[in-house]
Parts: sequence; C-alpha cells; structure tokens
Amino acid sequence: MQDLLYFSQQLINGLTIGSAYALIAIGYTMVYGIIGMINFAHGEIYMIGAYTALIAITGLTALGLAWLPLILIVALLCAMIVSSSMGWAVERVAYRPVRGRHRLIPLISAIGMSIFLQNYVHLAQGSRNIGFPALIEGGFNFSADGAFEMSLSYMQITIFVTTLVCMTALSLFISRSRTGRACRAVSQDLGMASLLGIDTNRIISATFIIGASLAAVAGLLLGMYYGSIDPLFGFIAGLKAFTAAVLGGIGSIPGAMLGGLILGVSESMTSGYLSGEYKDVVSFGLLILILLFKPTGLLGKPEVEKI
Amino acid sequence: MAANNYRHALFCAIVTLIISFPILGFNLEAKGVNIELTGAKTSTIVAVILAAVAVFVFQAYRDSFMGLLGKLPKLNPLAGREPMEQSKRVKLESWVLTGIVVLALFWPFVVSRGSVDLATLVLIYIMLALGLNVVVGLAGLLDLGYVAFYAVGAYTFALLSQYTGISFWMALPIGALLAGLTGMILGFPVLRLRGDYLAIVTLGFGEIIRILLNNWTTLTGGPNGIGGIPEPTLFGMEFGRRIKEEGNTSFHETFGIAYSGEHKVIFLYLIALVLAVITALIIRRFMRMPVGRAWEALREDEIAARSLGLSRTAVKLSAFTIGAFFAGFAGTVFASKQGFISPESFVFLESAIILAIVVLGGMGSQLGVILAAIAVTILPELAREFSEYRMLIFGAAMVLMMVWRPQGLLPMRRIHITLNKQG
Repeated sequence: MQDLLYFSQQLINGLTIGSAYALIAIGYTMVYGIIGMINFAHGEIYMIGAYTALIAITGLTALGLAWLPLILIVALLCAMIVSSSMGWAVERVAYRPVRGRHRLIPLISAIGMSIFLQNYVHLAQGSRNIGFPALIEGGFNFSADGAFEMSLSYMQITIFVTTLVCMTALSLFISRSRTGRACRAVSQDLGMASLLGIDTNRIISATFIIGASLAAVAGLLLGMYYGSIDPLFGFIAGLKAFTAAVLGGIGSIPGAMLGGLILGVSESMTSGYLSGEYKDVVSFGLLILILLFKPTGLLGKPEVEKI
Repeated sequence: MAANNYRHALFCAIVTLIISFPILGFNLEAKGVNIELTGAKTSTIVAVILAAVAVFVFQAYRDSFMGLLGKLPKLNPLAGREPMEQSKRVKLESWVLTGIVVLALFWPFVVSRGSVDLATLVLIYIMLALGLNVVVGLAGLLDLGYVAFYAVGAYTFALLSQYTGISFWMALPIGALLAGLTGMILGFPVLRLRGDYLAIVTLGFGEIIRILLNNWTTLTGGPNGIGGIPEPTLFGMEFGRRIKEEGNTSFHETFGIAYSGEHKVIFLYLIALVLAVITALIIRRFMRMPVGRAWEALREDEIAARSLGLSRTAVKLSAFTIGAFFAGFAGTVFASKQGFISPESFVFLESAIILAIVVLGGMGSQLGVILAAIAVTILPELAREFSEYRMLIFGAAMVLMMVWRPQGLLPMRRIHITLNKQG
C-alpha cells in the first residue's frame, strides 16, 4: 500500500510537470511542422511569460485586488499578450529574413535570439531568482496508516485543468477554424498552400503566436508550481519541451501532448526512485536515444528525403 | 498603400511597446518574503517610448529608408573594386597571420601582467574557435556541446594531476587524445543525424557532461571543482618562488635572475601561443588535404558527395574527432592557467560564445575566426561598463550576422581557378 501510494505520488507529480511540458512543446512542434526549424528561443518566450505573469500578479495585488480568480485570469491574459507579441516579433526580426536558407542559418539565428532574450530579461530584472507567490494552496491528502501521505494539491489540479482546456481549445481551433485548416494545409505543403491563395506569412505568424501564448500559460503555471523564477529557467524547460516534442514525433500536435506526459512521468520516476540530480540526465539521455533509434518519434510521420 | 503602411507601422510600434514596457518598465524586488513592484527610472521609460516611435517611423517610411540604404554602399570605396587576385590574397592572408604571430611574440614584454593574462585567454579561445571551425565551418556539423570536449581536456589534466601527479607536458597529449576519443565515441552514433537534430543531441550531451561533473562529487569534487593544478614547467624548471616537486629546479635560480611573478604568466602565454600556432598550422594542412576537401564537399551537398564515393561517417567522424581533440588541447591549457576548474566554466553559454566567434569570423575562414576571437574576448574588457551587455550584444550580433552576412565578416574563399572569358 505504502509503495503504491509513493508510486502514485510520483505519477501525479510527473503528469503535472508533463502536462506543462506539453504546453511548451506545442510551440516547438507547430513551428517545426510548418517551417522545419527548431525555434530555439521558445524557452525564453516561456520565461518571459512567467515574468510578465509575476509582474502582473504583483501589480494587481499592490493595487488592492483581492479576488484570486480575477488576478490569475488578468495575469494570464497579460502573459499571453506579451509572450505572443514577443513570438511574433522574434519571427519577424530573426526568422523571416533567413527563411528558406540553409538549415543551420535559422538555427544559429534562433540561438542568437535565445541568448539575446535571456540577457534582455537578465538586465531588466536582475539575475537572481525571484519567489513566485503560491496563490493556490492546499489540496487533498491520502494516507495509509498515517505513514506516507500522498497529496494532490489544488495547484496540480489547476495545472491539469488549464492544460486540458488549452489543449481542447487548440484541437478545436486546428480542426474547425478557417485559420486552423490553413495551418494544416501549410504544414502539409507550404508552396502548394500559397498557390491556392493562403497567405503563408500570416499563417506562420499565427503559428508563432499560438505557440507563444501556450508557452505563456505554461510559464504562469510552472512558475507558480516551482515557486521561483529566474532568467535562465526557460533554457532547461525549453530543452525538456523540445525533448517532449521529439519524443512524440515532431510536427504532430497529439504527439507533443503524449511526449510531454511521458517525459514528465519518467522524470519524476527518476527523481523518486533514483536521485533528483540525475533527472535532467535521464531526459537528455532519452532525447539522444529517441533521435538515434526513432527520429520520427512515437506519432510522427517518417520523413522521406527526396533527391 | 500608404494607409496600409501606417497601419502596419502603428501595429509594429504597439508590439514594441508591449514587448518592452512590462519587462523594462517594472522592476521586481524581493523584500523579505514579499515581492514589490517598483517603476523603472524615467529614462528607461522615455527610451522605451522613443524606441516605439523609432519603430513607427522606420516602418512607415520603410521603402524610402531601404532606397537610401541601397544608395549608401556607393560611398564605400571598396565596393566597386575588383576582387583581389587570388595569389595576392593568399599571400596577404599569410602575411597578416605571420604579422599577428610576430606581434604576439613581443606583446608580453611590453604590456602589464593583466594584459598578458587576458591574451592567454584570447589564445585559448582562438584554439577552441579554430577547433570548432573545423566542425561547424568546414564540415557543416552544428555542435552545440563543444564545451564538453573542452571540459574533458581540463578535467583529465586536473584529475590526473590530483591522483597521479602528472605534469602539464604529459597531460597535454593525454587530455587532447581523450577528448578526441570522447568525440569519436559520441560522434559514431550521432553523426548520421540530420543537421538540426545533431545540434540538439550535442547540446544534450554537453549538458549531461556538465551535470555529471557537478554531481559526481567523489571524483570531480562537484560544484567545488578541483584546485591545485600544477603550472607547466620548462625542462624541469618551475616558475614558482619555491620548488614544489623534488628534482625540479626553479627558473629564476637557474638563470640567476630575480624572482618575478611575471615570468610564469609570460611563459604560460608563450606556451598558449605556440600551441595556438600549431593548432592553426595543423588545421590549415588538413584543409588542403583530401579529407579537408571531403568535409566541405559533404557540407555542400551530402548526396552528391556520397555518390562520389565519400564515406559519410568516416568524413564527419574525422572532423568531429579533430575538433574535439583541439578542444581538449585548449582545455588542458585552461586548467593549467587557472589552477582551478569547476563545472561553472563549462556551461552552454561557453559553447555559444565559441560558436558566436566562429559565426562572426566567417565559417571556415581561419583568419576571420582568429580576428573574431580576439575581438570577442577583448572588446568587453576594453569597455568595462558595457561588459554586462556583452551577451546581449553577442545574441543580437549572431542574429544580425545570419540575416545580413551569413558568410561572416571575413568569409572563407577557396583557392579556385576561373577560366578567362572568351573573346
């Protein structure tokens, strides 16, 4: 019983982190699906989302707003607006001019952008980590003989529910809306879609905006969950989310969700049963192994190289 | 058209405000347990607003600006000039390189100790950048975990000196070979991956190495690092005031001169200089050898190169191994220079700086990479007040280079023959 509770605790923790990873991974996978580049600066967009959310929360609290849901919703909106503007601007400045060139050129440009954004926040807000107030406290506790307690906090429930809502909204958007249909068309064949009258530049911008706003949601959620943020925290999270995207099959949206969950669970199992210090090693190791043995991921389509 | 332009310009200006105002305009400050929000200085807010206005003006009159820019290069006297003749250019390049080396030889005797120390660091970066240049510039393999091999070299020396008391000269080849071996072992499975996947895998590998160094406390000392790494000796002569090891003599006693701390710094600098020159010469040889041509052929067109009978794995692996080898070289020198190493020195940012050097200098071009390494290391030291903006500027420079001049400041040019035009 004890073991089972411990296991379920790790499972819950893993699924919590994993669903947030999935939110970030969507941005990677959509961009890759459409223009075939790794948006290296995506982790920084997520970090900026977290900072904006924290600024908004602090500001609103200082203004005397006390109703928690309102604070959270306003903060979420602020974060989404700032992050998606950032995503749009990054694409315009750093990626659009180099689109269609040799594969490494957009990637180096993206790395430059990532370093730039990291230091932008570093200079503006300082390099020390800042505590993120735990606004949602408490939770359910389950115990066996009072020995080991398994807890499911309200925060974790919030993360699950928010992720679920975002994912459902995204799926509906992609499958039903006009823009969503255009997105799918562009990711299948950019040239053909543009011949058929789709404004591909607009669709690519839209992809960046969607990815960035989901990353901002993840930024608020994970910032609150971890309890502190710093300018570097986007880097590792971005890598993890990229791993999740690759794990699920890059370019596939359901794949990103699945990959995120698997990655989160395997990470928390590692810290639960082996050691917390090596959880990053496990996820990077996982990334290397997948790329070596199944580069298309779990749900990805095989890529055929044409001559 | 005009109204459309203004709408777009207004939109861009608003986006500029949105992305800069919340982050720059408010400062989060931790006061005990609570966080307080303070407004930024008025100057910052004015700057943000000015930036937005500038974006508006630029976007609104973009076409005329671009027209003006198009006219500008005519002012540049070099623009309309015929490209320099090939043999002349090659000669000029080797003269410049020789000049740099000669200058570098006399450098330590005229400047202060701090400058010599900095110059040693520059030389280490030159070695690293030349090594990475083989991997990224010549073979076209984007390696984001290059610093891992640097770490292998440095830690090899540190650990061997701690456990077996090995000297610098023994550790130099061992560290480099071990780094090369690591490169080969890592490269063997990953090199069949496509370009961007390779970049991510090497990045993951670099992080794994760093995490291992950080957490394997029993062997590496974890975040505390390893200290007491010996300095190099000259034919058994030590540069310290007192002799540390039995059987060695000290430099100042042998030559009967007064002890000075500068000897050691200058000696280390000269070693680094010699090693950097060796690195440059070896890589220069490689570039002209069949394997060097094969690197570039594979970079330019993998399918064509393979159909001409080049073994993809062998060619890429050789580039990767050679790059790693020189990183190990540089790592050993670095460990000896610092006397102390910790995982802090081998973070991803370091890989990014080396990559930035290669990209700025012009991928593949040795002279360009050397000049870029000098500039990137020295400029932040010269402008101390700007040193905290260093990485910000690097990031922006990398983006701008890719947008405007992906071939780098001094692009590499192959030696080639052009046929004379008929008639």
